[in-house]
Amino acid sequence: MTKTPETWTRADDSMVESAIRRGANRRDLLKMLLAGGVSLAAADLVLGRASMALAATPVKGGALKAAGWSASTADTLDPAKASLSTDYVRCCAFYNRLTTLDQSGIPQMELAESVESGDAKTWTVKLRKGVTFHDGKSLTADDVVYSLKRHLDPAVGSKVAKIAAQMTEFKAVDKNTVEITLASPNADLPTILATHHFMIVADGTTDFSKGNGTGAFTCKSFEPGVRSVGLRNPNYWKGGPNVDSFEFFAISDDNARVNALLSGDIHLAASINPRSTRLVDGQKGFALSKTTSGNYTDLNIRLDMEPGSRKDFVDGMKYIVNREQIVKSALRGYGEVGNDQPVSPVNPYHNAALKPKAYDPEKAKALFKKAGVLGQSIPVITSDAASSAIDMAMVIQASAAEIGMKLDVQRVPSDGYWSNYWLKAPVHFGNINPRPTPDILFSLLYASEAPWNESKYKSDKFDKMMIEARGMLDQAKRKEIYNAMQVMIAEEAGTIIPAYISNVDAISDKLKGLDPSPLGGMMGYAFAEYVWLAT
Amino acid sequence: MKSRVPSLILSRLLIALVTLTIVSFAVFFATTLLPGDTATILLGQAATPEAIAGLRTAMHLDEPALLRFVYWIAGLFQGDLGTSYANHVPVATLISGRLANTLKLAGLTTLVSVPLALTLGITAAMWRRTLYDRIVTVATIGIISVPEFVVATLAVLVFAVYLKWLPALSFTYQVDSFAGLLRAYAMPVVTLTFVVSAQMIRMSRAAVIETLNTPYVEMALLKGASRPRLVLRHALPNALSPIANAVALSLSYLLGGVIIVETIFNYPGIAKLMVDAVSTRDLPLIQSCAMIFCFGYLLLITAADIVAILSNPRLR
Repeated sequence: MTKTPETWTRADDSMVESAIRRGANRRDLLKMLLAGGVSLAAADLVLGRASMALAATPVKGGALKAAGWSASTADTLDPAKASLSTDYVRCCAFYNRLTTLDQSGIPQMELAESVESGDAKTWTVKLRKGVTFHDGKSLTADDVVYSLKRHLDPAVGSKVAKIAAQMTEFKAVDKNTVEITLASPNADLPTILATHHFMIVADGTTDFSKGNGTGAFTCKSFEPGVRSVGLRNPNYWKGGPNVDSFEFFAISDDNARVNALLSGDIHLAASINPRSTRLVDGQKGFALSKTTSGNYTDLNIRLDMEPGSRKDFVDGMKYIVNREQIVKSALRGYGEVGNDQPVSPVNPYHNAALKPKAYDPEKAKALFKKAGVLGQSIPVITSDAASSAIDMAMVIQASAAEIGMKLDVQRVPSDGYWSNYWLKAPVHFGNINPRPTPDILFSLLYASEAPWNESKYKSDKFDKMMIEARGMLDQAKRKEIYNAMQVMIAEEAGTIIPAYISNVDAISDKLKGLDPSPLGGMMGYAFAEYVWLAT
Repeated sequence: MKSRVPSLILSRLLIALVTLTIVSFAVFFATTLLPGDTATILLGQAATPEAIAGLRTAMHLDEPALLRFVYWIAGLFQGDLGTSYANHVPVATLISGRLANTLKLAGLTTLVSVPLALTLGITAAMWRRTLYDRIVTVATIGIISVPEFVVATLAVLVFAVYLKWLPALSFTYQVDSFAGLLRAYAMPVVTLTFVVSAQMIRMSRAAVIETLNTPYVEMALLKGASRPRLVLRHALPNALSPIANAVALSLSYLLGGVIIVETIFNYPGIAKLMVDAVSTRDLPLIQSCAMIFCFGYLLLITAADIVAILSNPRLR
C-alpha cells in the first residue's frame, strides 16, 4: 500500500481512479503509468489501491460534515434562485430532479420514469409512482407543472428564466403524466431538466425555508449564510442515504477550510485552491478528488474592435498561448489542455479530433507582423474575478515578450468586473461555468445574437447549424454537426480557451464513495446522498 | 456644582444621537456609490437587462434609493429594521442570532482581556524600570506588531491541525459543558485578547506612571503610604479616565472589527454579516449593522466619558 513512487501524489491517485471510471482497462492504465516513468511493480500497487478505493461496500450511519466555499445571507433553498455551490449542494440534498446526468454526461431518470418525444417539440414526462414529499404529500403532475412554470415568472427571479422560456405550455395530463410543449424543437430537454434549478418542489410552495422536497434528507435547520442541517429521510424513495445526518456550511477562507479538514472537524473541503493542494497532499488520511467539469477561463478578443478586427492578430494570439505551461503553472496541474471551444472533454459531444493549437512563437510572430501589431502595446484586462486569469495573463505576457510583442496586462478589481469589463474591453478574460449541453453553450456564447457573445462572433452558417441540431433526435448526426461547430469556434471566434479547469475537493479518507460528475465538484453537488463514512 | 453631572451626561447622549444620524446618512451615500444593486448582484453573471428589470420591480428596487432610505428611517423609529433585499427575511431575525454570537465572543474576550490587561499595565507601572516592566513592555509591543491573522492561523495550525487539542472551527463544535465552552472559544478568545490587550496595557501603564509623577503622589509617599496604597488609593483614581477611554476604544473593536477572526474560525458573527450585506448591496441590512456598530461604539465611549466625569471630583 505504501510502496508507491516517491514523487507520487494523491492527485495522481485521483487521476488513475478517474481513468478507471472512464472505462480504461488494466492494460491502458499500465501503459499510461509506464509512460510516466513508474516502475511495473509500483504501477501494480497504484492500480490495486485505485480499484480498491472504488470497490468498497457502503456503511450506514454517521454524521457527515462538509464545507463549501461561498455563503452569504443570499443563500436560498429555492432551486430557481440557487446561484452558489452552497445552494446547489443543499438543493441536491433536499430535492430531486426529473432527470440527472451520469458520469459520462448522459441523462438518467430520477423523478421521471420516462421523458419521451416523437418530434422533440412535445414531450411526455411519466412520473415515478410512490414518491412523497417530506411533509407526506405524494408527488403528482401538478407539482411538476408548478415547479417548471415558476421559472417563467419574472418576480421569481429564476436563474434559468432564459432557458425555461422555450417551454411554452405545461399540461398535467393525468396524476402521473406531464406534457411539456416547446416553442421550437429541442432534443436536449432531458439534459436541461437535469440542471439544479429544475428541482421539483411541492405545488404552491412560496416559502422555501423548510426545504420541503422529495430528496434524501429532510431539512432540520437552515440559516442563510451560516449553515444547514439535514436528517436522513426515512421514506426516501431511493432507499438511501447512507449517513444519518448532513451538516453543510461554508468556510470562505481557503486556508481555514483546509485546516478544518486537517484537524478533523469536517470530512470534505470543497474546491480548494491549487496552491493549497500541497497542504493536503503530503498528509496521511486525506485525499484529493479531482473533477474536470467544463469550467474554463478564456481570453476574449473582440472581433468588432481593434486589434481583434485583424484576423491575423487573433490567430497569432492562439499560437502564442502556451497551453501546457498554463495547465502546469497557472493551474498547478489541475486542468486539461483546451482546444478553444466550450464543449469540455467530459461532454459526450466533445470533439476530441480537434487538436489544441500548438505553442509556436515563430508562427505567432509572423502573424503579428502581418497584422502590423508587432511593437505596439496591447492592453489585456485581467482580474481575480475570473479564476486563475491573472496567472494565465502572466504566462501569456511572458511568451509574447519573447517574440517582441508587448502585452500591457492590466489587473482590475473583481468587484464589478462582470458588469464593467467583461464583454466590453477589446482584450479581456472571462470565466464560464459548466453548462450541460452544447446547445446551451452555443446559444449563450456563440450565436450571433447571444447575450454573452464574448468575442462578438457572427456567423449565419453557425446559427443555422445550431437550430438544425437542436431539434435533431438522431444522436450520431447531431454529433457530426456539433463537431463541425466546435471546429468553427476554434478557428473563427476570438475566444481562446487554453484549459478546462479542474475542481479539486479535499476529503478525509473516512469519506468513501465520492465519484466525479460532469455537473461539477462534490459529485455534481449531490455527494451527500451517495457517500458513506468508514468507521 | 452638583447640577453639572446630569447636564454633562445629557449633552453626551445628545451628541451620540446626532452622531448616529450623521453616520446613517454617510453609510447611505457610501452605499449608493457602490456599483450595481441587489438585483444585478443576485443575478451575477446571468444578469440580462430583462431579468434585472423584472427582479427590480419584484423587489421594489425601482423606487428611488433616497425614498427607500426615508422609509427605512421611518420604520426604524417604530422599531422595525426592515426586510433584507437579498432573501426577504426580516433584518431583525438575521441580526439577532449573529449579534448574540458576537456579544458572546466579545463578552468572553472582555472577561479575559480587561482584568489581564489592567493587572499587567498597573503592575508594570508600579515596578517600572524593573525586569518585569521590561518584559511586559517588550511583549506588548511584540503583540501589537503581529497581525491577528498570523496569530489566528498559527494557533489553528498548532492546536487544531498538529496537536488536535482544539477544534479549528469554534461554531460547529457542540458546546454542552464548561469544558466544551473552553475548547470551542479558547482560540478565538486568546487571539482577540492578544489584539485588544496590548493597547490597554500600554495606556494604563502610561496613565498610572503619569499620575505617579505628580507632586501629590510624592506627598503621599513622604507621608509614608505603602506602595500598593500609593498606587491603588492615590494614583489610580486620577488615572481612571484615560484608562477607561483606552478600554472603551479597544472593546469597541470587538463589536464590528473582528472580521478576520470570524473568517478564520468560521464564526458567524455580525462583522461577516455586514460584509455579506455590502457584497449583496443589501441596504437595510448594511444600515442596521452600521447602526449597531455605531451604537455600540458610542455606548462604550459615552460610558468611558461618564466614568471620567464621575471620577473627577472637580466635575462631580
